[in-house]
Amino acid sequence: MMDAKEIIARRVAREIRPGTLVNLGIGLPSLVANYVPEGIDVFFQAENGVIGLGARPPEGMAEKSLTDAGGGFVTAVPGAASIDSAMSFGLIRGGHLDMTVLGGLQVDEKGHLANWMVPGRMVPGMGGAMDLVAGARSVVVAMLHSAKGEPKILPECTLPLTAERRVDLIVTEMAVIRPTESGLELRERGPGVSIEQILAATAAHLIIEGDIPEMELD
Amino acid sequence: MKAALRPEAAAEMIEEGAVLLVGGFMGVGSPHRLIDAILARGTGGLTIICNDLCTPEKGVGKLVVSGQVSRAIVSHIGLNPLAQQKMMAGEMQVELVPQGTLVERIRAAGYGLGGVLTATGLGTPVEEGKQIVEVDGQRFLLERPIRGDYALLACHHADYAGNLSYLLTAHNFNPIMAMAAATVIAEPEHIVPVGMIPPDAVKTPGVLVDHLLGTAP
Repeated sequence: MMDAKEIIARRVAREIRPGTLVNLGIGLPSLVANYVPEGIDVFFQAENGVIGLGARPPEGMAEKSLTDAGGGFVTAVPGAASIDSAMSFGLIRGGHLDMTVLGGLQVDEKGHLANWMVPGRMVPGMGGAMDLVAGARSVVVAMLHSAKGEPKILPECTLPLTAERRVDLIVTEMAVIRPTESGLELRERGPGVSIEQILAATAAHLIIEGDIPEMELD
Repeated sequence: MKAALRPEAAAEMIEEGAVLLVGGFMGVGSPHRLIDAILARGTGGLTIICNDLCTPEKGVGKLVVSGQVSRAIVSHIGLNPLAQQKMMAGEMQVELVPQGTLVERIRAAGYGLGGVLTATGLGTPVEEGKQIVEVDGQRFLLERPIRGDYALLACHHADYAGNLSYLLTAHNFNPIMAMAAATVIAEPEHIVPVGMIPPDAVKTPGVLVDHLLGTAP
């Protein structure tokens, strides 16, 4: 049985199109790289300055000047390029980044994402998240459906927003949801998850039309 | 030609209350020997402008722990719990700036621009108190330039003309900060003879660099 994070990472990986530039956030989103289908030619960007991010280096083979945006050692794939922070964020804001996958604390019926602070409790700073959500051509939120039993998909975010832009897709272990102008459309169910279970775990109104298939994951 | 300085000599140039642009991303591409010399000298009241405040054990994070930083302009402090505590307790003033906006504000200062218009931060707490400018029907935030008294950079190769080259993800803010401070001090890993860095590989031309640190013994 797959755990929740693997379900999410596998489903998001199916959104990646050949020949694109993709930025994966740290944590859960970074797992997506493990499940990119064979033969899909994709470059991953790390906003600290590499296009063509590779896997973790073998033990003892780290290069101290090659890390990802979480500060962990990585490798670069053939064809990689290193760039400074101005170009890295120029790629993000300038419409050159095809897709970003980010974690989320809350998403609401307008498709607004909050993922960078909990006032008075957790104020890590936004890092590159605001530029990524404002600038990427497509924004996918990859997150657990609820946090300790509390829904994360709400009528309206209560935490400070990351951007005013509507995100393009929400993928959780229970559901795939597409935010649209008219609201949140339920598109797919997680493995073995019923619509009733999704509704019970979601505080926001979901638009449900027709048959809602189960996610395909391989 | 630029003579190589000891880290202590470079640290002596930096006065109390100085505004420092410090290269690096989680300490990668940060001038660690220069930071250690500032730590040892105890220069206080510093403003640190850097991507992040690193960790309490590393890079500019150490200057936060030692209490030498009174103000920080950064995009991320999440891996330095002490920085969060000091911010919430009001012991250190912290301005959190989206990373892409931070680098462009520094670039604006270095490139002689009056500011930057960006959509990043609209609809978020970042827009508070800022002017919104509409261009061709699209809304942008006006973000102001950030300049430093000193830019403290790390690089891979330097020559005695002050030309700098960088490695991989250790570029980050360094080449941008080199343009935006009154005095630029670079800490190279290797100093090579003039002419050894191919002109196409020079990312920071020597005319921008005031002082070089000698390489580690």
